[in-house]
Amino acid sequence: MIDATGRPERVLLLGGTSEIGLAIVARLLEGRPGEVVLTGRDAHGLARAAGLLASSGHDVTTHVLDATKVADHGPVLDDVLADPVDVVVLAVGQLGDQASMLDDPVAAARLLEVNLVGAGSLAIRIAGRLRSQGYGHLIVLSSVAAERPRSSNHIYGASKAGLDALSRGLSEDLHGSGAGATVLRPGFVHTRMTAGLSPAPFATTPEAVAQIAAEAVRTRRAVAYAPGVLRWVMLVLRLLPRPLFRRLPA
Amino acid sequence: MQLLTGWGRTAATRATVQRPASAAEVVDAVTKSDGPLIARGLGRSYNDAAQIAGGTVLDLTGLDAVEQLAPDTGRVTAGAGLSIDRLLRYVLPHGWFVPVTPGTRQVTLGGALAGDVHGKNHHVDGSMADHVTHADLVLPDGSMRRVAPGSVPKKGSDLFWETAGGMGLTGILTSVGLQLVPVSSSQVLVDTDRAHNLEHLLSLLGEDDPENPYSVAWIDLVSRGAQMGRGVVTRGRHATRDDLPIDQRSSALAFNPRTLLATPPLFPSGLLNRVTVRAFNEAWYRKAPERRRDELQTITAFFHPLDGVAGWNRVYGPRGFLQYQLAVPDDGVQAIVDTVELISGSGTASFLAVLKRFGPGNPGWLSFPIEGWTLALDLPNVAGLAPLLDQLDELVLSVGGRVNLTKDARVDPARMREMYPRLQDFISLRETLDPSGRLASDLARRLHI
Repeated sequence: MIDATGRPERVLLLGGTSEIGLAIVARLLEGRPGEVVLTGRDAHGLARAAGLLASSGHDVTTHVLDATKVADHGPVLDDVLADPVDVVVLAVGQLGDQASMLDDPVAAARLLEVNLVGAGSLAIRIAGRLRSQGYGHLIVLSSVAAERPRSSNHIYGASKAGLDALSRGLSEDLHGSGAGATVLRPGFVHTRMTAGLSPAPFATTPEAVAQIAAEAVRTRRAVAYAPGVLRWVMLVLRLLPRPLFRRLPA
Repeated sequence: MQLLTGWGRTAATRATVQRPASAAEVVDAVTKSDGPLIARGLGRSYNDAAQIAGGTVLDLTGLDAVEQLAPDTGRVTAGAGLSIDRLLRYVLPHGWFVPVTPGTRQVTLGGALAGDVHGKNHHVDGSMADHVTHADLVLPDGSMRRVAPGSVPKKGSDLFWETAGGMGLTGILTSVGLQLVPVSSSQVLVDTDRAHNLEHLLSLLGEDDPENPYSVAWIDLVSRGAQMGRGVVTRGRHATRDDLPIDQRSSALAFNPRTLLATPPLFPSGLLNRVTVRAFNEAWYRKAPERRRDELQTITAFFHPLDGVAGWNRVYGPRGFLQYQLAVPDDGVQAIVDTVELISGSGTASFLAVLKRFGPGNPGWLSFPIEGWTLALDLPNVAGLAPLLDQLDELVLSVGGRVNLTKDARVDPARMREMYPRLQDFISLRETLDPSGRLASDLARRLHI
């Protein structure tokens, strides 16, 4: 169950090697041993992540699951969800290289398949499950890139925009069901995925994002930014006239 | 389907709600259900005890008949869904009062037994189960069982002391028999004393006062320094008819309380902060006389002051609040001092804090009271509360104390087992009594009971 202070005891991380996802799991279960289920494509990466969580006293199991093989999701998740799950973190996603994807539309389609088609199908499946449980919380990792396309990353942005819209819709559907969903929109986060990129303003860390995610579970917030100030920054950026927006540094 | 929370308005979950109108309908619901069930009364338990995500909640407030009242002996039998409020309206004109009342009359008899609730007279009279003569229970297999405190079981357990404080997890209570206490008026004679600090407060409450069976102290948990733990001690006893002014004696047993105020549905939650709570506490402390004796108060004013404000739990806003109630033995009183210090020193403002003495506990397996002291704090559900309360749990455990199961919404399941030595037995009992897990609540799932 999720206690009154928003503390869960059984957490499922989809995208089980995601640094942000793992930081959220660690934060949610901080100070009390819990149960963790990790799913992902990379068995070795999952095993490594599981080892780390187990060393903090958590009971961890892993399942290999490819987000793009949507027909496989049912059997694997039916097994995982035989027992109620308190919080599900959906951290399936890739950044991709914008420049090469523009020259390789097939690679762009693959990114959309992972970030939007695969993750979206998982989100729908999980929301349905939480609804029938009568409680539980889904955290979907979106991005501030979902809010306004920029030439530097609009393929990634489009995939996240689709997932973001879908998840907000699911969050509305869940209203009154006892369960809830949070769309989490981090800005630039220092992780393996962004290594080598020059950090954008308001860059943050997985741990800081995790803190905001945990607070969103307690307050059942529908949309959260990390850091929080990005809510206002993005509000301004959305309203900025195009000629000005174009001039912003990439 | 309905979204349900306890009085603290935290951890809402959804369940199917059924409202049986008779014990037979309860049996029916228990036998026909394919998912877990739990009973619910008036939802005054602060936590997740009377809800079950995805299961069925049996709203028992339809079982509210006074089945039997013996006006000469004060023995009453009533449906488990009858509230203390309605019971009092019925029995007080006959010169009877409930032996134990919590801080609200809006609790059902079933809930009062399942939580083994206590009142201001615990140090003298014990808790609810000490006054229950018998109770009817629908067991998880659908059979009916009458349980009583003194009866000797033929085999196995009688289930009375397992049910008292058992949070509804041994069966669904349908009827409760209670021994009432005689009174000759509906008013209370109250003595009030102001305590200038915690030490003063503890010594006032610790005084032997055989005349006053009711005693409690309000503590200001915002003041620091020399005034830390200051408060107001009130002690009371039932007024006799002769204590009343002459013009009131002809209606000495009149009892017709009303709700005076209602909390607006959208109360701005920001209003409860350290500054406003400090101002309120200052006013409350100053309002109390230094020392006053024999003041006549109504039952409502003395026992149930918050019943005058409908929905007062909404003042904490959409995130709700938690009540943290701890009990420690006499030699663990330092934990009370440390708790007061910790809360006064933290940024979290406790709006309502109450301290009182506990007498010896009863045989109830999961009954909360133990002889010594108890402190109850209402705390807004703010960020950072979890680690603060974890710290309090450790303090309480270190002196052999415990927190109240009827109020807890977040204790570590392993720690709860240390606090309640018979919890493991209770879990084993549940395995034999209810092998398919027909009865369950969010609380039971959260604490792995």
